[in-house]
Amino acid sequence: MRSVAGIVLLALPLALFLAGCGERPQVVNYKQGSYQGKPDTPAYRGAPYNGDKTQWEHALEARAQNQNEYKRIR
Amino acid sequence: MARMKFLCDAERCIECNGCVTACKQEHDIPWGVNRRRVVTINDGVPGERSISVACMHCSDAPCMAVCPVDCFYKTEEGVVLHDKDLCIGCGYCFYACPFGAPQFPQTGAFGVRGKMDKCTFCAGGPEVDGSAEEFAKYGRNRLSEGKLPACAEMCSTKALLGGDADVLSDIYRQRVTMRAARGTAATPPWGWDAAYGRPDAVTGQPVPNAAPPSPAPTGGKS
Repeated sequence: MRSVAGIVLLALPLALFLAGCGERPQVVNYKQGSYQGKPDTPAYRGAPYNGDKTQWEHALEARAQNQNEYKRIR
Repeated sequence: MARMKFLCDAERCIECNGCVTACKQEHDIPWGVNRRRVVTINDGVPGERSISVACMHCSDAPCMAVCPVDCFYKTEEGVVLHDKDLCIGCGYCFYACPFGAPQFPQTGAFGVRGKMDKCTFCAGGPEVDGSAEEFAKYGRNRLSEGKLPACAEMCSTKALLGGDADVLSDIYRQRVTMRAARGTAATPPWGWDAAYGRPDAVTGQPVPNAAPPSPAPTGGKS
């Protein structure tokens, strides 16, 4: 009798713990088709960056900071 | 780099349509097609809000899901683009889009629709970057030149922000922090003070409103 009670006492918290694993996604997941058109090249591939992604990202970030007056104008 | 996004600050947008004009001019957009437009709520009433709307380059784009010919693709930076050579102009994407971004040029009689046209985040399309074909079909490719979308860069009040989502979030977060001290719950900040108030020159802290706006007169004798 005591062993049954022990099993129940162990199983109950385990069941509560595992209940979280059964959570279902609550947002719509669209099924995207696979692109059938022409392949596109990354924006940094051609001139003037010639494939230098880091330089291209730095250029974009510098321009993005121009939109912040708190940094641009003192 | 995170994803390229637009963010429109409704406190700052003054409905000047500068972004619409910049977009039209930059890409030589034909008459009747508006890749970007400005929407105003409560127009003419104190407290009105305007917002500039175009393709929001959704992370999980419904237009991509419904396209029967699968002409949409997403770049490394999260910009949603499409191949006009493949588009059949069916209009499914227009019905799926919550922002009304897809546009269809009406070039012929009897309501004949052309191929879909939408905001490209100034990233062109699948043609060779900077080529005449790319410009003719999709407009200018500013992203490959290391520039951000023309609408955001032209915005006079910097209401419309464009670029890397993390950077935009930082800019907007700083603005909101500066706004937080202006006004109270009863008299929330609105207008110039809310949008453009500067921090104190010495302390760098937000400066509260000088005085709450006086209530509008009601009634009265003739």
